[in-house]
Amino acid sequence: MSPLDSDIAHLLAGSMVLLSFLLLYQDRMFALLNVFAFHAFALAGSVAWQAYLQRAPHLFITALIALLFKGVIIPVALRRIVVRLGIHRSIETVVSIGPTMLFGIALVGLSIVVMLPVTQAEGPFVREDLAFALSVVLLGFLMMVTRRNAVSQVIGFMSLENGLVLAASGARGMPLVVEISVGFSVLIAFMVISIFLFRIRERFDTVDLQALDMSRGEAL
Amino acid sequence: MGQLALTGLLCTPALGAVLLAAIPRYRLAAALNVTLCALTLGCAAALYRHRPEPSLYLLVDDLNTVFLLVGALVGFSTSVFSAGYIAHELQTRRLKARDLRFYHAMYQLLMFAMNLALVSNNIGLMWVAIELATLTTVMMVGIYRTNAALEAAWKYFILGSVGIALALFGTILVYLAAQEHLGQGMLAMAWDRLAASSASFDPSLLNLAFVFLLLGYGTKVGLVPVHAWLPDAHAEGPTPISAVLSGLLLNVALFALLRFKLIIAGNPHVLAPGPMMVTMGLTSLLFAGFMLYRRRDIKRLFAYSSIEHMGIITLAFGLGGPLASFAGLLHMTMHSLTKSAIFFGVGYISQLEGTQRTADIRGLTHSQPLLGWLLVLGVVAIAGMPPFGVFTSEFLLVTSTFARSPWLAIVLVTGLLIAFSALVLRLQGLAFGDTDKRHLLPAWRLAPMTLHLALVAAAGVYLPGPIVAWFRHVASQLG
Repeated sequence: MSPLDSDIAHLLAGSMVLLSFLLLYQDRMFALLNVFAFHAFALAGSVAWQAYLQRAPHLFITALIALLFKGVIIPVALRRIVVRLGIHRSIETVVSIGPTMLFGIALVGLSIVVMLPVTQAEGPFVREDLAFALSVVLLGFLMMVTRRNAVSQVIGFMSLENGLVLAASGARGMPLVVEISVGFSVLIAFMVISIFLFRIRERFDTVDLQALDMSRGEAL
Repeated sequence: MGQLALTGLLCTPALGAVLLAAIPRYRLAAALNVTLCALTLGCAAALYRHRPEPSLYLLVDDLNTVFLLVGALVGFSTSVFSAGYIAHELQTRRLKARDLRFYHAMYQLLMFAMNLALVSNNIGLMWVAIELATLTTVMMVGIYRTNAALEAAWKYFILGSVGIALALFGTILVYLAAQEHLGQGMLAMAWDRLAASSASFDPSLLNLAFVFLLLGYGTKVGLVPVHAWLPDAHAEGPTPISAVLSGLLLNVALFALLRFKLIIAGNPHVLAPGPMMVTMGLTSLLFAGFMLYRRRDIKRLFAYSSIEHMGIITLAFGLGGPLASFAGLLHMTMHSLTKSAIFFGVGYISQLEGTQRTADIRGLTHSQPLLGWLLVLGVVAIAGMPPFGVFTSEFLLVTSTFARSPWLAIVLVTGLLIAFSALVLRLQGLAFGDTDKRHLLPAWRLAPMTLHLALVAAAGVYLPGPIVAWFRHVASQLG
């Protein structure tokens, strides 16, 4: 593999980490959806580049799914849902932006510290790819934890899942990647449909203690 | 013969799901559901005698036949219980005929997913099957469409998805560790090859992988601190689903964890997976034991009891060794049978009383003596009193723990006692006391519950030789 090849792979995977940070601090719903679409495009590019490098044509299917389903269909569908439910103004965050960003940086540091020594035996290329993927996964978690709105939680989950697909495509010759990405797409489709059908606006948690008791079955 | 049984085990529920989705009449659908589950049980029983040749995708061995048989049995008796339960739900209009069509199709799809997860020899396929099982149960938990049910389903959905996402990352890491030695492609995902050659894998990758797998599949097992979905899902869904969740799905997730534990344990340079499992198991036991005291919803009460028992089982397998693993297997079987029996009873109780609040339910032994006393027996059994099988397995576990690490055993016994007294405390209010109510319930509807409790009691008094030999063999494999 020439240095240029791995540089391009790093550029694409690294831009996913960067876009994950962008997702963390968006406070407008439409902007969040747009950034997520770019996240999916970066994933599609990254997977397609892996498909080319590994001479693995089936990975192009995964790239295509990422491009069309997650880059176009889901953001468009979510945009319509956001308009219908009337939640496009702002996003409620549980923790404010500053600490969230600092925590996100710590998470990226953590994943590098954890991944790089562990994957000594692998080539340098797989190592960095995995470290990037773990960062995207952890940032996705962080986003799910810090958001209250069901739509932005789903976006957090999808960005997390993009990290997993990145890891799976980077693992040389891993079978079932296409099947797994299809499986995830079904999962996400269910989430989006259920948000729409049941008009789930907020994650159901609140700081109101009485409501908490209710949901634990203790106020009965 | 074995191949035929394996095909039947997977195709019966898969085709059944399609068929049931097309049948609008609920009586016919319920009867068909029972028949399909009986067929699946037959196939599972045939697999006990005749094992097909392992392939790259499917594998039947001693370990998964235990889970398959327990699963198929609980699936079958739950389908019988469900037939009576949903008739009542239809009368009270909590469910519509269209919902039931969906419900039955999902029930069979769940059976298919669980059987597939159990017989898969491919760690990727196993992951896909467990994801499918999660999806079908999410749909069924939310079937009442009330706010509480939707909230429970959403919580389960999000936490379950995060759990399986973590498990997938762990699976990818295991593949990476394997492909160095087994080459790229399907071979490096076949469980039997992985377990056979894991000694030469990179230990640090396996270490990291197991942490992800433990947290990921542990979410589905309902281990503390990733258990939050479990009580809600049990309380808000239809009761047959609570029975299937506790009796089956938790086991399947635990089975996935055991498969990976066997891979990891084959490598001498890896951090032992046992202590991690012991810690999570013990935490779950203690946490759930204390939580049992403040429950005011009868289904939530027994959901926390499930967390407690999954903790005990994880502890047993984490401890390892022939005796503790034997106790773990026995406890898993006994818990599945007892807990599903309790949920059968609880389902009827909440229908007859019209509430799930424990404070409003009193004197069941007067209002419906047979149901009341069966519930008493069930709770006595799950609390770990002799002569029931749960006592046997807990006794075995406690003695083997005492022999190896007395301090751990003291914590374990404390946890068991805490849970025991909480359950007895609640049982008094539920089963005894004065009440003017009298409920009618056809005796046949209690047949599944009676059958399960009879099996548990029989196992507590006498375990047949072949079963002991079989469990002992599996326990020696589990190490």
